[in-house]
Amino acid sequence: MTDQRSQAEIVRQSLKRRYRKERRFRFYGIAAIGVALLSLVILFTDIIGKGYTGFIKTTITLDVVLDGEVMYLQDAADPEQLDMADFQAPIIRALQQYFPEAQDRRDVRELSRLAGSYASNQVRDLLKAQPELLGTTQTLEFLAHDSVSVYVKHADNPSYSIRLSEQQQRWVDQLVADGVIDTAFNDVLFSRGDSREPSNAGILGAIVGSLLTMVVTLVIAFPVGVAAAIYLEEFAPQNRITDFIEVNINNLAAVPSIIFGLLGLAVFIGLFGMPRSVPVVGGLVLALMTLPTIIISSRAAIKSVPPSIREAAEGIGASKMQVVLHHVLPLAMPGMLTGSIIGMAQALGETAPLLLIGMVAFIVEVPDGFFSSATVLPVQIYLWAGSAEQGFVELASAGIMVLLTFLISMNALAIWLRKRLERRW
Amino acid sequence: MIKLKSALATLALAGSIAAVSAPAMARDTVNIVGSSTVYPFATVVAERFGRNTDFPTPKLESTGSGGGLKLFCAGIGTQHPDITNASRRMKKSEFELCQSNGVKEITEVKIGSDGIVIANSKKAEKMDLTLEQIFLALAKEVPDPKGGDKLVANPYKNWSDIDAGLPNKPISVMGPPPTSGTRDAFVEIAMEGGCKKYDFIAKIKGEDKSKYKSICHSMREDGPFIEAGENDNLIVQRLAQDTDTLGIFGYSFLMENEGQIQASTVNGVEPTPDTIAAEEYPVARSLFFYVKKAHVGVVPGIQEYVQEFTTEGAWGDNGYLVDVGLIPNPRDVRMQTAKNVKELKAMTGQEL
Repeated sequence: MTDQRSQAEIVRQSLKRRYRKERRFRFYGIAAIGVALLSLVILFTDIIGKGYTGFIKTTITLDVVLDGEVMYLQDAADPEQLDMADFQAPIIRALQQYFPEAQDRRDVRELSRLAGSYASNQVRDLLKAQPELLGTTQTLEFLAHDSVSVYVKHADNPSYSIRLSEQQQRWVDQLVADGVIDTAFNDVLFSRGDSREPSNAGILGAIVGSLLTMVVTLVIAFPVGVAAAIYLEEFAPQNRITDFIEVNINNLAAVPSIIFGLLGLAVFIGLFGMPRSVPVVGGLVLALMTLPTIIISSRAAIKSVPPSIREAAEGIGASKMQVVLHHVLPLAMPGMLTGSIIGMAQALGETAPLLLIGMVAFIVEVPDGFFSSATVLPVQIYLWAGSAEQGFVELASAGIMVLLTFLISMNALAIWLRKRLERRW
Repeated sequence: MIKLKSALATLALAGSIAAVSAPAMARDTVNIVGSSTVYPFATVVAERFGRNTDFPTPKLESTGSGGGLKLFCAGIGTQHPDITNASRRMKKSEFELCQSNGVKEITEVKIGSDGIVIANSKKAEKMDLTLEQIFLALAKEVPDPKGGDKLVANPYKNWSDIDAGLPNKPISVMGPPPTSGTRDAFVEIAMEGGCKKYDFIAKIKGEDKSKYKSICHSMREDGPFIEAGENDNLIVQRLAQDTDTLGIFGYSFLMENEGQIQASTVNGVEPTPDTIAAEEYPVARSLFFYVKKAHVGVVPGIQEYVQEFTTEGAWGDNGYLVDVGLIPNPRDVRMQTAKNVKELKAMTGQEL
C-alpha cells in the first residue's frame, strides 16, 4: 500500500515539473519562430527602406527649342548631318532660360550636367524619327543626371554623398521649386535593359532573361523528372541497380550548384559548341540542377497515392499503363507540381552556375529569343550591388523586391494548386 | 490523357531546341570578357557605343583578367570572345597559349591606369603609411622585430606596434579575396614593394623564387586582415560605419564616395589622378585590353568599338571615362596607341 501511495505521490510531485517542462518546450518553439520572424522583418525593412527610392525617377521637363542653327543642323532627314549635329546645345539653351547668368564655360558645363547623360540622344532620336519637328519648340521630359537624382532623393541622408557643386545645388533647389525637376514612378526600371547610369538602368532585360531561362528549365526538367519518377516508382524492379540510381539521385540533390555550372560549361558550351550567355544553356544547366528535386518530390507524391486505388483500377481490368495515366498520375499531380514549382523557384534565385556559362554579363539589349544574350534577375542584382555609382544601391534593393515578388507569387501558385487539386480520402 | 500529350509535345519541343543549336553560329554582337577592374570603364564605352551607333551594344562578361585571357586564347571562331580586358599585361605564357591555339594576331591597347587606395572613414584619423608598414601590418610572416634575418609569425596587433608615429589602434584592414584582380595587384605592388626592402628577403628572390613569393605574397590569416567579398561597395559601406577599419579598393570607389571616406597616403603621396598617372603614387597599375584581329570583319563592330574607346572624348583628359575613375595615359602615349589601334598592329611577343 505504502508503495502505491508513494508512487502516486511521486507522480503528483513531478506533475508541476512536467508542466513546467512542457511550458518551456513550447516557449522554445515560439522563440524559434520569433527569431525567424524577426530576422525576416529586419531583412524586409532594410531592403524596402533602401530600395523604395529605386522605384522613383527624377525627371527634368524643359521647353526645348529645336533650333537648327544652334544644333548645326539644316536638314534633320540627312543622316550625315545628324551625326555631326550638337544635340546638347538646345538643352543647355533651355536651361539657360532659367539661369541666364550661366554663360562662361565652367557654368555652362555645370548647367549641362543637370540633365542626364543621354538627354542629347533623346533629342537626336526624336529628330531622327520626326525630321519635320526641326525649328519647333517641344516640351520634353528628360531623366535628370544621376547626381541630381541622388541630391533630390537623398539630400538629408548622410550615407549618400552629394556630388553637386553649391551652385548646382542652388539651381536644383530652384528648379524643384518651379516644378521643372520632379519625381515620378520609375517606369524606366520596367521598360529597359541594364545601363551604367543608374537612372537609365532597367530590369526588364533580366526579367525577360529569367522567364526565357525558366521556360527552358520547365520544359526539360518537368517531363523528364516526372517520367523518371513514374518509372522508378511504378515499373522499375527492386534491385541493386535501382537502389544505386536512387542513392545517386539523392546525392545529386545535394551537389553544390556551381558543379552544374562546370558541367554546363564542359558539355553544352565545350562539347556541343553552344554560345555563351544564352538562356538555352542557362535553362539546361538549371534543369539538371532542378531534376533531382522534381524526381524526389514526384516520387513522394506517387508513393502517397493509396494502393487501394491501383488495386481497384487493376481489379476492373486496367492495364498497368492505364492505372498510372488514369489514376495515379492525376492524383499525384498536385504534389508533383508543388515540388516542381519549389524547384523552379530555387532555380530562379540561382547565380553560381550561371557565372561559368557567361550569364553574369553586362547586357543592355532586352533579349528577344532563346539564343540571344541574356542575364537573369539575381545576376542583375549582384551586378548592381557591385557597381560604384551610388544610385545602384537603391536599384539593387528594388531588384531584390522584384525578385521576391516573383518568388512569392510562385510559392503562392504552388499552394493554390495544391489546395485546388488535392484530393482527400 | 491531355496531360500526357502536352508533356510529349513539350519534350519534342525541347528536342528541337537542342537540335537547332548547331555549333559556331554567326554572331552580330561583340563579345568582351576579362578583368573586373576594367569592366566599369568598358561597360560605359559599350553602352555609349550602342546608343550612338547602329551596332548592337557589346556584351561584357566580368571574368577576371586571367579567366578572360584563357577564354580569349582558346581559339578563333565566333564561340570565342573578340576582346579581353586585363588589369595587368598579358603574360608570356598566355601569349604562347594564344599562338598555339591559332590566335596569331593580337592588338594590345593600354587604356590608362587605376590606383589602389587604402582608405578609412572621414570620422577617423587620416593615415600616412609606407609600403614597408603595409607589409608589416598585413603579411603572414614578418622579419623578427628583435632583429636578425629571421621570419616570425606576424606579432603586430596595433598600428603603434609597427611605428610609434602610427595611431594606437588595432590593425584592421578589409580587402578583396584572392580571386580578385585588385588583390593580385595589391599583393604584387604594395606587399612585395614593402617586402623587398628587407635585404635578406630580397636575397631569397635570387635563390628561391617561389619561397620569396610565398613570403611576400601571403596575407596574414589571424584576424587583422579581413577578406571581404569581391564587392568593393560593401567594403566602402562597412568603412563608413566602422571607423577603426581600413579598406583596400580601386580608386574609382574612392572618387564616388569622397564624402565619407579618405585615402591614406602611401610613401607620403596622396592618391590623385595626377600622382597615379605620373606613377608617383606607388600602388597603381596599368589597364589593357586585347583585340583578336582575326575576328575583325567577321563580327561587326569590333573596330568601331575599339575606336570609340580610343577617342579623346572617351579616354582623354576630359573624356567621360575620367568621370568613372580612369586615370588617363599621357597624351603622347594615347596618340601612339590610337595609331597602333587604327592599324591593328599585332603583338610580336617580344614586348612582354
